[in-house]
Amino acid sequence: MGWFGKSRREPPPRSSLKELSAKGILVFHHTSDVIQAENLLKQAGMAIRVMGPPPDLRTGCDLVIEFPLILELEVQRILSDSRIQPIQTVPVQDTLLSPVSLFQTRDYGDYLMVRAANMKLTIHKSSRLIVNISGGGCPDVPWLADQLIGKTLDDAPAPQRLGKTLCGYALHLAWEEMHRQCPG
Amino acid sequence: MSWLIVGTVPRKDFPLTCGQASLKDRDLVVNGCVSPVVRGTPALIAAACIACKTLKLEPPDVLLCGDIGDGDGSSHIYRYLAETGLTQKPYTGLLFHYLQPDVDWHNRILMAIDALPLRPLLMADAGYMYVAKMSGYAASYDLFTPDVGELAFLADEKAPHPFYTRGFLLHEDKAAPDLIQQAVSNGNAAGHLLVKGKNDYVVAGGVIVDIVSSPCVETMEPIGGTGDSLAGVAAALIASGLHIPEACSQAALINRTMGLLASPTPAFAICDLLASLPTAFKYAC
Repeated sequence: MGWFGKSRREPPPRSSLKELSAKGILVFHHTSDVIQAENLLKQAGMAIRVMGPPPDLRTGCDLVIEFPLILELEVQRILSDSRIQPIQTVPVQDTLLSPVSLFQTRDYGDYLMVRAANMKLTIHKSSRLIVNISGGGCPDVPWLADQLIGKTLDDAPAPQRLGKTLCGYALHLAWEEMHRQCPG
Repeated sequence: MSWLIVGTVPRKDFPLTCGQASLKDRDLVVNGCVSPVVRGTPALIAAACIACKTLKLEPPDVLLCGDIGDGDGSSHIYRYLAETGLTQKPYTGLLFHYLQPDVDWHNRILMAIDALPLRPLLMADAGYMYVAKMSGYAASYDLFTPDVGELAFLADEKAPHPFYTRGFLLHEDKAAPDLIQQAVSNGNAAGHLLVKGKNDYVVAGGVIVDIVSSPCVETMEPIGGTGDSLAGVAAALIASGLHIPEACSQAALINRTMGLLASPTPAFAICDLLASLPTAFKYAC
């Protein structure tokens, strides 16, 4: 029995091996780079997710992109073709924070408000005119509000195209949800 | 009002400027630089200016720079604060608002504040409240003004931004007392909190000392800038000599009364409501 005991080595649990080797994260200087990279990689059909960075990589208002590590070369090619350069590409070794994925809707009669995380978007229901944007704390929020308010959902630019921060990203989620609830 | 309000203006071409704020019609004017009062820091400053006029105080000094989210304007502000060390004038209060969260800059500025001979009262809202919590130095602040969602972010010890707060949308107003306790016990709350929502909670030293729930104007929630106006009025009342809890209670009542008088639809802008602020002071105080 001693012989067997000495020679047996427990393999790492399969699930943790898979987790350590399967995913990588792309770290960027600016959230606006993350948003651009997300668009490009999704257009290329990649199974990626925008996530919160692990604690040791957090610097402030930041996001990372989780991607299948096996596709790293392809990811780098797509990004370098568009001159977007991640500052780091590292394997996932910690739990990434998931962005909020639920929405709250409030009906004000003629108006409808959708909240995603800390951002609220309100439209006039019959005209689909964006009448207000509130919440958030990053500096692009008031600027995005200036760009969107007074335009219809169809005419307004997607917040993802203009936004540069997590609050801008949350506003985009609210904008997408509003499109889903009030299709033209 | 011997206070400095620090924040950004949603324009790329607004230069770094520091001086006394004034209002001209619906515009904010500082050292000849003009910004419309639409939402964000200009709305907060406009509310503070109107409150100061009503309270017969000088308007606040402001430190502003244009920033559309790329962080450039915020960087100019951070650098200015770090280089001057806030020694040019002995402010009794500092209010930090829409700034790009950056932990390194935050900590350098907090060190500069700690080095002042007389430490000013510290208030943070919006992006600067996020970074104050993220830095681990939330308890160094005297007042935070979160809404209920942002309170959930303060209560969640792992969330670096409201975007990631776990169970965010489950945190309704009725959960606010529990969230307040979590934020306080995790060291992620300022000495005082003014939690904005259906009920406004005034918290001192981890204890809820007042709840303001009327008048209730539900159409204020979608209007951008109504939280900013509340923070601006609270700052002016503190500058007038009120203790922080009393100032928060009065500010909540005044801001709600402003909404009641304006009778807004969700399509109103904050400047439509601010016209009612002087009258709201008379009714509420």
